[in-house]
Amino acid sequence: MSSVLRVLFAPGFFASSPVHVALVVGGIAALVSGVVGTFTVLRGQSYSGHALADLAVTGGSATFLASISPLWGFAGTGVIAAGIMDMIGIRRPRGRDLATGIVRGAGLGLAALFLYWDTTSTSTTGTTVTILFGSMFTISNSVVPLMVAFGVSALAIVATLYRPLLLSSVSADVAAARGVRVRLTGLACLIAIALAVSLAAVTLGAILSTALLVGPAAIALRVTSTPGRATVAAALIAVATTWLGVVLAYDSFTWPPSHNGWPVSFFIVTLIFLGFVAAQLTGRARRVKG
Amino acid sequence: MINAWVSASIVAVIAGVVGFFVVLRGAAFVADAVPQGAFAGAAGASLLGINTLVGLGLFALAGSLGIGWLSKRARRDVSTALILVVLLGLGALFLSFTVEYSAEIFSLLFGEVLGVSTSEILPIAVLGAVCVLAVLLLFRPLLMSSLAPESSAAAGISNTRMELIFLVIVALATSLTLPVVGALLIFSLMIGPPAAARSLTASPLAAMGLSVVLAVLTVWVAIAASFETNWPIGFFVGAGGAVCYAAGRLIAWWRTSRGRRVLDS
Repeated sequence: MSSVLRVLFAPGFFASSPVHVALVVGGIAALVSGVVGTFTVLRGQSYSGHALADLAVTGGSATFLASISPLWGFAGTGVIAAGIMDMIGIRRPRGRDLATGIVRGAGLGLAALFLYWDTTSTSTTGTTVTILFGSMFTISNSVVPLMVAFGVSALAIVATLYRPLLLSSVSADVAAARGVRVRLTGLACLIAIALAVSLAAVTLGAILSTALLVGPAAIALRVTSTPGRATVAAALIAVATTWLGVVLAYDSFTWPPSHNGWPVSFFIVTLIFLGFVAAQLTGRARRVKG
Repeated sequence: MINAWVSASIVAVIAGVVGFFVVLRGAAFVADAVPQGAFAGAAGASLLGINTLVGLGLFALAGSLGIGWLSKRARRDVSTALILVVLLGLGALFLSFTVEYSAEIFSLLFGEVLGVSTSEILPIAVLGAVCVLAVLLLFRPLLMSSLAPESSAAAGISNTRMELIFLVIVALATSLTLPVVGALLIFSLMIGPPAAARSLTASPLAAMGLSVVLAVLTVWVAIAASFETNWPIGFFVGAGGAVCYAAGRLIAWWRTSRGRRVLDS
């Protein structure tokens, strides 16, 4: 048994402090993303989630210029972008996708500019890759309180709006008839998504954070039969894949070709994707419709 | 500089033509995901030292077909998101293997129009012509299956086949445009101008023509501005796409409100 454990956990895993931070930070991000993600998938807003993640790049690169914690940039731009999307957003999904895409394109254009300034003014050449693909083992301890604060806010939004969110996800008309303020609920949901994405962006990197938001939730909705259970399952799956990803990434420091470690985000994304394909293929079609 | 103008203009024409159908089919997410996924292919190709265009093409195609395959089983937006991140995850892996990447990665993501060489123009032009030709040949069936899937099925057009063809065209267009405008911003060019064109005219052919014109204009302005300021071209393309869209929406809104005023008086 202990030899099996030694194969799985490379020596020094439990003693390494970057690993501790990665586990804590990744755990928080995964938990929040799993819960918020369930609603993202139910509401068919995967694209909004992805666009918010891309826009987090803009904020992240701006904060590198101002040298403050990127988390502020990720969350700040996310919330602003959520507002803009809601403002120009149209009710029909097709128009919504377009509006989302336009905001995303404009934001990424800005990101290109900021990153260009980052690399020319401060000669921090790794910035682009850090922001886009994350670097979990280099996160400092000090972001944890801020992450907890953002995470709790996102969870609080989802918890308070649980029923109206669910109702307006199933049918906006019914929800409006029952006195739910659909527009406001939608905006609140977008803000919760933006917060969750910003947490995931710190750990997985901005453009990969969609994986944590959408993947576990999609798996959970496939294998459970009520939204409540799906939410719990999504959070569990997200945390489990993230931690497994951290373990594998730590192991990979001895792997070819570079002995420099494979990226954590690669492992997490791959695990989530394999889980999703497996869930689809086992396909007892118990789809949750609401 | 001449190379930049020629290649960027080709790219704009492709984006305008293909983008028209992207907007019409509401396939914004797919058109967004395929280029980003293809970026991983470019990273892999540079790792193995083969032509980037090959890597781009393979990954764009794999991404498109993957989305097509998976969305038969699950929600389309979810499948798109997951195919996208798995390709990007591979990209992150490839990047971690290479040592000297930063500048090249940045240009793949955000565009490097001034780096196009004369030998690269020919493949771009040929594949671009194939792309545009495919769209023009399939214009009617594509249009019908985008606008009225039921009646096009009744007319004997296979919607799933059209979807597949559309995805392949998007993949092809992507691999051509990516090295010039960058993975993250092709998409601005593919939906900004067509969306504006759509809100300006109702006729499909006119809208497609207008969308090509707007896309070419956007790119020209972006190249000039990028050359002047030395800022990345992606910034100007992203901004240009948004300006196109905003202008289109404003004009459409002004028209309807004027129409209403005429009715009221």
